[in-house]
Amino acid sequence: MARSLKKGPYVSEKLYKKVIAMQESGKKQPIKTWSRRSMITPDFVGVTFLVHNGNKFIPVFVTENMVGNKLGEFAPTRNFKGHSSKKIK
Amino acid sequence: MARIVGNDLPKEKIGLIGLTYIYGIGRSTAAKILAAANIDPYVKVKDWTDEQVTELRRIINDEYKVEGALRSEVQTNIKRLMDIGSYRGIRHRKGLPVRGQRTSTNARTRKGKARTVAGKKKVPRK
Repeated sequence: MARSLKKGPYVSEKLYKKVIAMQESGKKQPIKTWSRRSMITPDFVGVTFLVHNGNKFIPVFVTENMVGNKLGEFAPTRNFKGHSSKKIK
Repeated sequence: MARIVGNDLPKEKIGLIGLTYIYGIGRSTAAKILAAANIDPYVKVKDWTDEQVTELRRIINDEYKVEGALRSEVQTNIKRLMDIGSYRGIRHRKGLPVRGQRTSTNARTRKGKARTVAGKKKVPRK
């Protein structure tokens, strides 16, 4: 179910502050984050995030098309490499 | 004979149902359109007058996105998801269910007809 519009998009406060600070200083440095649930707002465009997937940090470069999705959508938590070949008994 | 956007023409049905033969119009949209055109939804398609048909055509063209335009919009949305590499896009690419359904069993609509896998044992029930 979609989030109520009244509340506006959810973005982790700390993360948002970091992004704004970085956009102002003009430095380009990846931001490490665990906040997979944060929505990507237009301010995030052009920033690289290191999004935690439970194991590692996945680099995610935010483009304009990604606005409105959550950061976690771009860092898969499962890693499926195919089924094992026939088991030897 | 009613021919609205493309080649949709079921004439023995009532208007409410007839309109749903157009891609992008379901029963509730059909009801709204007929109300806007001041047509009784239970009049059969073949009994529509020419003016009524013209009016329906005008409403559908001006206010609704149907058929080709709608199909291409859906395709663009899916393409966008695939291009940005989001989880949903990846599921589309792999032809697996997108909305978190189980894939251990079922999911046949997305995965297509079952292919037998050599050596796959039935999972014992515990």
